[in-house]
Amino acid sequence: MTQKIGIIYQGFPSEQELAKAPGVPSDERIKRGPVAFIECVQEIPCNPCEEACPYGVITVGKPITNLPKLDEEKCVGCGTCIAACPGLAIFMLNGSKQKAEISFPYEYYPLPEKGDVVDCVDREGKTVTEGKVLRVVKSPKYDATAVVTVEVPMEYIKIVRSIKRLRRS
Amino acid sequence: MKTTEIAVIGAGPAGLSCAVEAARAGAKVTVLDENLKPGGQLFKQIHKFFGSREHKAGTRGFRIGEQLLSETEKLGVEVLLSSTVYGLYEDRLIAYIKDGKDNTLRAEKIVIATGASENALAFPGCTLPGVMGAGAAQTMINVNRVLPGKKVIMVGSGNVGLIVSYQLMQAGADVVALIEAAPKIGGYGVHAAKIRRAGVPIFVSTTIKEVLGEEMVEGVVTVELNEKWQPIEGTEREFEADTVCLAVGLSPLTELAWMAGCEFTFIPALGGHVPIHDKNMETTLPGIYVAGDITGVEEASSAMEEGRLAGVAAAESLGYIDAQKAEELKQQIWARLDALRTGPFGEGRFSAKLKQLNSRRLLA
Repeated sequence: MTQKIGIIYQGFPSEQELAKAPGVPSDERIKRGPVAFIECVQEIPCNPCEEACPYGVITVGKPITNLPKLDEEKCVGCGTCIAACPGLAIFMLNGSKQKAEISFPYEYYPLPEKGDVVDCVDREGKTVTEGKVLRVVKSPKYDATAVVTVEVPMEYIKIVRSIKRLRRS
Repeated sequence: MKTTEIAVIGAGPAGLSCAVEAARAGAKVTVLDENLKPGGQLFKQIHKFFGSREHKAGTRGFRIGEQLLSETEKLGVEVLLSSTVYGLYEDRLIAYIKDGKDNTLRAEKIVIATGASENALAFPGCTLPGVMGAGAAQTMINVNRVLPGKKVIMVGSGNVGLIVSYQLMQAGADVVALIEAAPKIGGYGVHAAKIRRAGVPIFVSTTIKEVLGEEMVEGVVTVELNEKWQPIEGTEREFEADTVCLAVGLSPLTELAWMAGCEFTFIPALGGHVPIHDKNMETTLPGIYVAGDITGVEEASSAMEEGRLAGVAAAESLGYIDAQKAEELKQQIWARLDALRTGPFGEGRFSAKLKQLNSRRLLA
């Protein structure tokens, strides 16, 4: 059976779906510094990201099934929206350095620790590269969703979206 | 005989929301629930809810449950636990069993908020220990903190199947695969994406052929389905697994509404036979209301809104809220309900609920 492409068949957004998503910033913007990357491609009734952004650069509006629209010029890459998204669909990318920095929500125990070298996975959970954990942010405001930042080679900036779950000892 | 003004059957999201709304207006409210603890399924929802701020979006389900409980306490709502309602009789007489004893309660208004139950699926091996409802597995991990197994096959890609798969991994299990008989994933893509990047393969157009094992689940054989939903020979796959979770839909728990004599309509999109109700959630029997999954399977956020609607309407009918204020409140609630029933995932439910309301008009 040939695999059909797209979120309703594969369970993750295709490149084409992401290209059309109003929450996805341009490559040029990603190269300039940290920016939110909103992988929300289905019109579901949900808008916490809009309120979470302290700079008001994410717009959902009415009806609340609108896809979130990111004002990439005004996004400062603070990452507040990452843990606010109930769908865990917001990431932060920073392509301004030699290596790519990717931040993502993470809700499994044990958590990785700063400095750990971890297996980084793509949207299908396949390990594609090793990466170094730069930060693990836990905040009461995030309500148990940790925000992890890993550093990976630049070619994986649009590919890596999480890490392989760490085994419990 | 014990009496109350508004009796609410079921202390889940719909029932508790209803009780809070009616008690806030000043009505004397009694909630009955067969379980040891109130909250229905809310306390096992450890994920952040969708919707908007008014729907408490971004808040984990169990925290919404805690908030609802503390409100019912503050408002002096009577909650009778371990109280199984087994009968609704004339003149709104409720019969229930508590602590092994028969009791009766007469109410001026009754709100039935009994929820829904999980559907089963039949296949060779489906009676082996280790085959269970996804909701059961969710109760085990999130309420009782017991892992049902280490290697799970999830059947069904609706939001229940996707969310419980994620939570099983959070609890320490591996989800070997998620299979879906339909040609596409049924639930929200963001829920699917969470489990995909955790390494769970999702196979659409695929069902269970058989579960292997003598004393318990030891493996699962799946088979692909053609466009006519028939198995395609030679497409079998074998997985090692010790647990099979079934997330293949829910059916409204309607027995009490049938017994009371409410009129029903058949709407497959809502889970089958559902009691007919009007915009106040009142059934075809005056003074008997319904709210939540019993009126058609949706999710907790809309169940809470329907509960509030029934609570306002029942309090209004007892004179606790004047008509103008009640109308205002009900319009706000309807606006929030409509917001939850929009978009590609909500439209179907919106038109199904409209059909349900229209069948009330047709009767009248």
